[in-house]
Amino acid sequence: MNEIELLEIENLELQLLIEAIYLRYGYDFKNYTKSHLKRRILRRVKLDDLKNITQLTEKMLYDREVLKQILLDLSINVTEMFRFPKFFKDLREDIIPLLKTYPSINIWHAGCSTGEEVISMAILLKEEGLLNRVNIYATDINEKVLDIAKEGIYSIENVKKWTRNYQEAGGKKSFSDYYTAKYDHAIFDQDLLKNVTFLEHNLVIDKTFIDANLIICRNVLIYFNKKLQNQVLELFEESLIPGGIIGIGSKESLKFTSVNEKFENINSTTKIYKKKIGC
Amino acid sequence: MKYKAIVIGTSAGGVEALKIVLKDIESTIELPIIIVIHINERSDGFSKVYEGLNRLIIKEAEDKEDIKNGIIYFAPSNYHLSIEDDYRFSLSLEEKVNYSRPSIDILFKSAAEVYTDGLLGIILTGANSDGALGLEKIEKLGGKCIVQDSEEAYFDIMPLSALKHVSTCDIMSLDLINRYIKKLGGKNCE
Repeated sequence: MNEIELLEIENLELQLLIEAIYLRYGYDFKNYTKSHLKRRILRRVKLDDLKNITQLTEKMLYDREVLKQILLDLSINVTEMFRFPKFFKDLREDIIPLLKTYPSINIWHAGCSTGEEVISMAILLKEEGLLNRVNIYATDINEKVLDIAKEGIYSIENVKKWTRNYQEAGGKKSFSDYYTAKYDHAIFDQDLLKNVTFLEHNLVIDKTFIDANLIICRNVLIYFNKKLQNQVLELFEESLIPGGIIGIGSKESLKFTSVNEKFENINSTTKIYKKKIGC
Repeated sequence: MKYKAIVIGTSAGGVEALKIVLKDIESTIELPIIIVIHINERSDGFSKVYEGLNRLIIKEAEDKEDIKNGIIYFAPSNYHLSIEDDYRFSLSLEEKVNYSRPSIDILFKSAAEVYTDGLLGIILTGANSDGALGLEKIEKLGGKCIVQDSEEAYFDIMPLSALKHVSTCDIMSLDLINRYIKKLGGKNCE
């Protein structure tokens, strides 16, 4: 068999796996970025010492734990406190004054992963005197990462980087005010999470559930194809109040998407958009 | 052979090497040139560095952007760049590969699967082994491989690692690579 045939078979196996996950468990990855899916799945095949994707499909069909592992593999959980500090700085300077005009505020963190950005946001809101007025809904497709997020306990190894990020993001106090160091862990003040509701939510199939003043969804859309990006952005558009704000990843854009007309770009480098009033 | 795309991977020494490789390429070239270079994040992007070097548009590749002929695309720093079946780019923040993000292997492997025997893969100077497995994939799927002459390369680790993984590959100086690309002309034929 030549290499092209082998490639075609591998692609077919991937397609069958995705279909099998959908038929067996209802998770729909058909519109995820294909190269990403393939890399993640082949990585799992290799780590588990399997011969090919078909063997993984078989295991997954009979064992829900294998499915959970695949779900973890497919979501990229690299994140950090105040990641891309400029984003949080711009939120603080441009968006917080707007949020202050509302009596109560709903914030949706979509694809919150292990929760570092949720804590960052809570710190920012606390410093701006808004934390008691907000409800933060932090959602992810993955229950395992939500469990970590709820704990608010992280390895201390990156704390230097986080402290630098916090300062660059315009932090007003000392970053260490917000956590207790214990052995090699940073335990964050649970008070920061008191208005946070963690929910399992699948952007592909689940519907809107709030009227949001602000939605944060950074570096999630890049794992979706064009069609799914549009579908998810329409869900966000529907969930935002008129004049509501959405922040996406620095290499993501609403340009060339189906919702572009409904938003104005407030900040082009940090990709913060405002839903037009009257839409 | 008729090429549909060129991918280039380089690391240390690559900024200067690319100035020679990309010099005076005509805009009539009917394929995209897609480049991964390991370099620290910079705000002004790559177009400034290579301004005036040739007549092609030079830009950073964007997520789900249609890949067009006659454009030189650079992977954005800190994101992996891949090619999708529908000839669009995709970006990813997966873990580093060979200590690198963007990784040459990720670009090359995904490009090899899409362009198969219509792909030209080029490895230039660099101080790590990223790109070797990618080049191997390009060869396996029928594409053509060129590696910069390690004698000439500012850092020879990347070219030498690549050579270990491919059996049929041309070894050329930067100047020859440049002439080779220019000769492709409008028909992209060897």
